[in-house]
Amino acid sequence: MSAFAYMAPTSVEEALAALKKVQSAGGRAQVMAGGTDLIVQMRAVDKAPRTIVDLKGVKETRRVDIGATETFIGATLPSAELNEDPRLLKLFPGLLEAADLIGSTQIQGRASIGGNLCNASPAGDTIPALIANGAVCVIANASGGRELAVEDFMIGVQKNALQPGEFLVGIKLKNPARRTADAYLRFIPRTEMDIAVAGCGVALTLDAGGVCTHARVSIGAVAPRVLLVPAAGAALIGTRVDDAALAAAGAACTAAASPISDRRGTAEYRRKIIAVLCRRAGAIARDRALGAAGA
Amino acid sequence: MKKIQIETSINGETVEFLCEPQQTLLEVLRDELGRTGTKEGCGSGDCGACSVLMDGRLVCACLILGVETAGHEITTIEGIASEDGLHPIQQKFLDHAALQCGICTPGFVIATKALLDKHPDPDEETIRYWLAGNLCRCTGYDKIIRAVQDAARTLAHPA
Repeated sequence: MSAFAYMAPTSVEEALAALKKVQSAGGRAQVMAGGTDLIVQMRAVDKAPRTIVDLKGVKETRRVDIGATETFIGATLPSAELNEDPRLLKLFPGLLEAADLIGSTQIQGRASIGGNLCNASPAGDTIPALIANGAVCVIANASGGRELAVEDFMIGVQKNALQPGEFLVGIKLKNPARRTADAYLRFIPRTEMDIAVAGCGVALTLDAGGVCTHARVSIGAVAPRVLLVPAAGAALIGTRVDDAALAAAGAACTAAASPISDRRGTAEYRRKIIAVLCRRAGAIARDRALGAAGA
Repeated sequence: MKKIQIETSINGETVEFLCEPQQTLLEVLRDELGRTGTKEGCGSGDCGACSVLMDGRLVCACLILGVETAGHEITTIEGIASEDGLHPIQQKFLDHAALQCGICTPGFVIATKALLDKHPDPDEETIRYWLAGNLCRCTGYDKIIRAVQDAARTLAHPA
């Protein structure tokens, strides 16, 4: 790797000051969380010198706050740590499954949801799960910060909506209402350690009679961005999330997809498999919501 | 680039070293501190040969900067055996011939230590998923799985 500098701020204010300092000196500031993607990129792809601003010491990015109505997950917490939190596993099983799919045990010891989101890969596994849950990015900047829905945060392949001087502090999610659950499924050609050919996150709410009153469906690795598919959610609302409704939601995902062909799969295959993943993830979310009915 | 002074704990011992910001923990261990038990395989987090524990958590030393270790506790393969002899995990890898060329072995031993610390009685599927980030080109993995199962039994019921 080429030479660079390193800063380790301990608060949001220090981190903002660090970014400003590097930028005013004409340097390139590079925010880092777990570093599992970034260090590989800096060694092999983009070797340009820069100043690393390591956010792991910023205490606001290391918090999990579970409030009465919403949950905050710090941007730099490693997925291994999140998956050891029984409260999160109960609240957002689909999101935690998505985080648990990324990389090996070693990678999960460092890799974060915040990093996965900021890298903005179309195949990032946590992004569809976050979008399905209606998650919101909590962004720090010099003018008091801002919030942005996750579906608006990823703006292109490896492009996010952060402006110079901004960084992601964490993710905010509404705590699930009664009979609400999420699920995430992806397809890879083997059982572990691969990148999604396609992925689908579903979050839905059922009423006391088992009829769906709210649903969000998001698809990954089948378009330049991870997409919210409103038509797929609409296909589930008002139904018992039965086979016909799931098939309609799946068809909406196929219609929304604009995949490429690459060594992991052809565009035609991805359009087909995304419908399968939507149907299966929808059924898992439905069964979880029914199972949680008494909870 | 100016070197940065870092104080960390390696295998229970306080260690100070100077490193450049771009040096990975793996480079620091091997090139600055002469602790060559931790191996470099791919250098991109795919093979697990450089596995170490950081604050008890399994990580790749090639994906951590030396400067990131300040104030943390690192355990490397050199910290696994005691003065009395090999750790049961190491002994079982020998007993089951769970290594041939040996480059992957320190990483497997460290990863197994992390596994058994967390799951003292893992089933085979748990072992295989946990060790999916450690690659071995020699053994075909089966002997490694048997060694890990035997080590788990030994640690649960010391002779």
